[in-house]
Amino acid sequence: MTQAFRIPGAGRVNHAKAVRFTFDGKIIEGREGDTVASALLANGVHLLGRSFKYHRPRGIVSAGSEEPNALVGTSRGPGRFEPNTRATMQEVWDGLTVESQNKWPSLAFDVGAINDRLYMLFSAGFYYKTFMWPRSFWDKVYEPFIRRAAGLGKSPTEPDPDHYTSRNLHCDVLVVGGGPAGLAAALAAGRSGAQTVLVDEHAELGGTLLSEPGVRIDGQGAWGWLETTLAELRALPNVRLMSRTTAIGYYHQNMVGLCQKLTDHLATPPEGAPRERLWRVRAGQVVLAQGAIEKPLVFDGNDRPGVMLAGAAQTFFQRFGVKVGTRAVVVTSHDSAWHTAFDLAQAGVKVAAIVDIRPQVSAELTARAKALGIEVLASHTVTSTTGRLRVASVHVNRVRNGHVDPWRSIDCDALLMCGGWTPSLHLFSHTKGSLAWDAQAGAFLPDRKTEECHIAGAGRGLWGIAAALEDGARAGAAAAKALGRAAGVGSFAVEGDRTGDGVVVKELPTDRDPGKAKAFIDFQNDVTAKDIRLAVREGMRSIEHVKRYTTNGMATDQGKLSNINGLMVAADALGKPAPEVGLTTFRPPYTPTTFGALAGLRRGRHFEVTRKTPIDAWAEAQGAVFEPVSLWRRAWYFPKAGEDMHAAVARECRAVRTSVGLFDASTLGKIEVMGPDAATFLERMYTNPWAKLQPGRCRYGLLLGEDGFIRDDGVIGRLAVDKFHVTTTTGGAARVLNMMEDYLQTEWPDLNVWLTSTTEQWAVVAVQGPNARKVLEPLVEGLDLSDAAFPHMAVAECTVAGFPARLFRVSFTGELGFEVNVPARHGRALWEAIWAAGQAHGITPYGTETMHVLRAEKGFILVGQDTDGTVTPGDAGLDWAIGKQKPDFVGKRSLQRPDIVAKGRKQLVGLLTEDPSVVLEEGAQIVADPNQPLPMTMIGHVTSSYWSEALGRSIAMALIEGGRDRQGETLHIPMPGRTLRAKVTGTAFVDPEGQRLKV
Amino acid sequence: MLLIHCPYCDDTLPEPEFAYAGEAHIARPADPMALSDEEWKNFLFIRSNPRGTHYERWRHIHGCGRFFNAIRDTVSDKFVMTYRAGEPRPNLDALKEAAE
Repeated sequence: MTQAFRIPGAGRVNHAKAVRFTFDGKIIEGREGDTVASALLANGVHLLGRSFKYHRPRGIVSAGSEEPNALVGTSRGPGRFEPNTRATMQEVWDGLTVESQNKWPSLAFDVGAINDRLYMLFSAGFYYKTFMWPRSFWDKVYEPFIRRAAGLGKSPTEPDPDHYTSRNLHCDVLVVGGGPAGLAAALAAGRSGAQTVLVDEHAELGGTLLSEPGVRIDGQGAWGWLETTLAELRALPNVRLMSRTTAIGYYHQNMVGLCQKLTDHLATPPEGAPRERLWRVRAGQVVLAQGAIEKPLVFDGNDRPGVMLAGAAQTFFQRFGVKVGTRAVVVTSHDSAWHTAFDLAQAGVKVAAIVDIRPQVSAELTARAKALGIEVLASHTVTSTTGRLRVASVHVNRVRNGHVDPWRSIDCDALLMCGGWTPSLHLFSHTKGSLAWDAQAGAFLPDRKTEECHIAGAGRGLWGIAAALEDGARAGAAAAKALGRAAGVGSFAVEGDRTGDGVVVKELPTDRDPGKAKAFIDFQNDVTAKDIRLAVREGMRSIEHVKRYTTNGMATDQGKLSNINGLMVAADALGKPAPEVGLTTFRPPYTPTTFGALAGLRRGRHFEVTRKTPIDAWAEAQGAVFEPVSLWRRAWYFPKAGEDMHAAVARECRAVRTSVGLFDASTLGKIEVMGPDAATFLERMYTNPWAKLQPGRCRYGLLLGEDGFIRDDGVIGRLAVDKFHVTTTTGGAARVLNMMEDYLQTEWPDLNVWLTSTTEQWAVVAVQGPNARKVLEPLVEGLDLSDAAFPHMAVAECTVAGFPARLFRVSFTGELGFEVNVPARHGRALWEAIWAAGQAHGITPYGTETMHVLRAEKGFILVGQDTDGTVTPGDAGLDWAIGKQKPDFVGKRSLQRPDIVAKGRKQLVGLLTEDPSVVLEEGAQIVADPNQPLPMTMIGHVTSSYWSEALGRSIAMALIEGGRDRQGETLHIPMPGRTLRAKVTGTAFVDPEGQRLKV
Repeated sequence: MLLIHCPYCDDTLPEPEFAYAGEAHIARPADPMALSDEEWKNFLFIRSNPRGTHYERWRHIHGCGRFFNAIRDTVSDKFVMTYRAGEPRPNLDALKEAAE
């Protein structure tokens, strides 16, 4: 293509450097410094995509990040596809691939555009109305249809090959926005010596100055002044300038999130460079100098390609050297668009007419227009546009005393609209700063502040470059002074400033049936003025309801263009003044932000920590299969060649029941409880009695919440009068320590007790099985391991395999068992020593699955699996673990609450299926009568279920209403296609008398 | 992200170092068994949940590990002050007068 619309020598692009990229496969030539939007416009391309709901042709509306329409897919190489990129923000480079979105089969001919004719089906709230009946159609017909037909870009399917990073930054003054106000603020703050950061989302700093080269500041042209100012700021060591950096959110206590784009504008990014960097800035003072966003006007056909904001046309011309058309019409309610018309006329664009809603416009402007040969149509409205894929003509009508005269048509290929300007206060809204309507400015302006921030320039309704500079300098100086620095307020001599004012309008007056007009308010979500009025007619009164019912302002642009127009129309429909209706809240992020930037380095194996035991590497070398347990990875089972999980677990179970097994229990939570009051403390925390437990003995401990429900359990050993070794569940360690600290610090600060987490200090090797003593005995020094000297639930300090050890005689399997604790650094060596010693007995390493099966065979609960936070000791059959004589412990009082002592609570019982080969599904629901009508009354669910190798059949545990009174009853478990039958039993399936421990 | 002042470390530090721990000044009854069901229910479950000034507990869990108390405005999310566990509930009106 030829860049027929490029003005040689104009703008800030590098005319000497051509850049080629593709748009829907066609090669487009632009200039270095172009955005995708400006390069396409330079080639006369206005049609960029199809709209969300109606598939209407859409073009470029703005020149900035507020763009609602010109969303494209960009591809930066394999795996680097991004949907919904704003064409107005993406810089071009050689080889960039751009494609249009939401069209089929092609952009110019889109089948989905039929929706535009069916608009009555898609009006406000159509989700809730049109597709309600028949109900069965929703899943199979309506929803897939809507999802296919409506939409923006397609999500990429490949993993993101880029990487992202983040940094923290502390500064004195953060200035957001690099236009005249922000530059002046940065100068004032920077000159005061304050650590100052200036950020702007565009590639170039300068803001409005880039589009207003005719203004002169301090005797220089705007661009010359910009260069001088940037040079001064760059020379200040305390100032940091950041372009392509969006302030995405303003959080508590002056924390601002910045997203800096580092490589999207580069044809060949440096090797290993991150794509984006997220900055967490904590600033002493914040200056918000974000300027204002131009408002579209609301009239039928205002979404046609070629219809754009007047200020955008100005920017494309002055900054990029691009004419947005050859024959333009301007429609406006504000003076600013007149200046755009003058600039374009001088650049050789035929401006056919300026249509102004206002009856009176300044004589100076009308005289200037007439001198340039521009027809002036004051007190006129626009009632429609024509053209299929690009505007071809506009219907203008005179308005007299509220009456709209018949239209006349004016040919044009660009229609430039301006409904005034909205101060950009999104970040201010993030802080819950309040806004107040200012009738003079015709806008909401900042009112009550909640943070240490200053708003400067157009953000507080001050139009024009002189005002922006002065106000920016004032804000920068105020920020510096608030930090105790001396700062001067600079003054600026500005010539050629083009200020002006305008009026606030709702929809433009029309002679058409307003029910048929497609006057768009939210371009991205396809919301029209008619939709807003319909929502009010259907009973929406709050602007929040209108927003959600119509989806106005809920697209990815968050209503930067649409919110204020939506409010004006809603207020009119409600018959209330706009300030009484109020605005919806802007929330972070200011513009869509990649998940990559937010995740930063925390992805893949850095997403969260993987905790590994000292024995983990041994298990890995043995081919163990692992499972995650809280943050730990634990050996799940150890398959031998050719074994599946079932075979491996069955073999491991047999080994423990018949000879000896070896288990890595290092993940067990461990807390050392020490001090003269240690026993008193445990008496109060745990349900069990501890005072009379002798040193050298252990006891099963049960921990409740104050509400009486089981929180945790574990064996606690008393090593000395004032020293307990407390174990917790693997997942509960941190929680239990926090709970203990809470009680110790805040309820019983008088107790002399110290709590220390020792989970990672001890490696724990469990040796379990009838041959456990034979394996361990030769390795132990300083302790008689015989049953008489070291019975079940004994604990002692000794030496095992030469390492200092705490040896527990405990069993979570029902077999003779020991747990050897050694300092973690010796864990692997201890494991291998026992492994070697056990070879004669066929010692078998087993994983968590076998551990679960063996404990279930014994009816031992797993907190969190057989309990769910609503299970009391009574429910779980653990009443025996409660110290009946104790006056108090955490949760004791709750065990007498009426709901806890009521009959019919769910109780833990065993279940044996009628068909012994069927293993029930954990979580399966249980009913008493399988023939009852739907929905059935569910009386419980399966909590644990396994194949028991020892019994040669399946076993299960379940929580069932009144379960212990149902012993022997047959209950039913409805599953897809069949209903299973099972008999209620006790929970101990193997060796209920515990004979196997007494050896 | 809030900045929170730990009254034990006497330092103002980022929120991720701290953990919220519920409403403050709810002492566990000395003899729970002497309480009626109604009184025990109130201790267990009933919280003030105010719109505005809230007395609450935090723990400097990734710092000194101490539990402490704070006054925070639940509307603005701003901390008024923090103080050590065991200290009496500060009189907000007196604080305001002193500040003015």
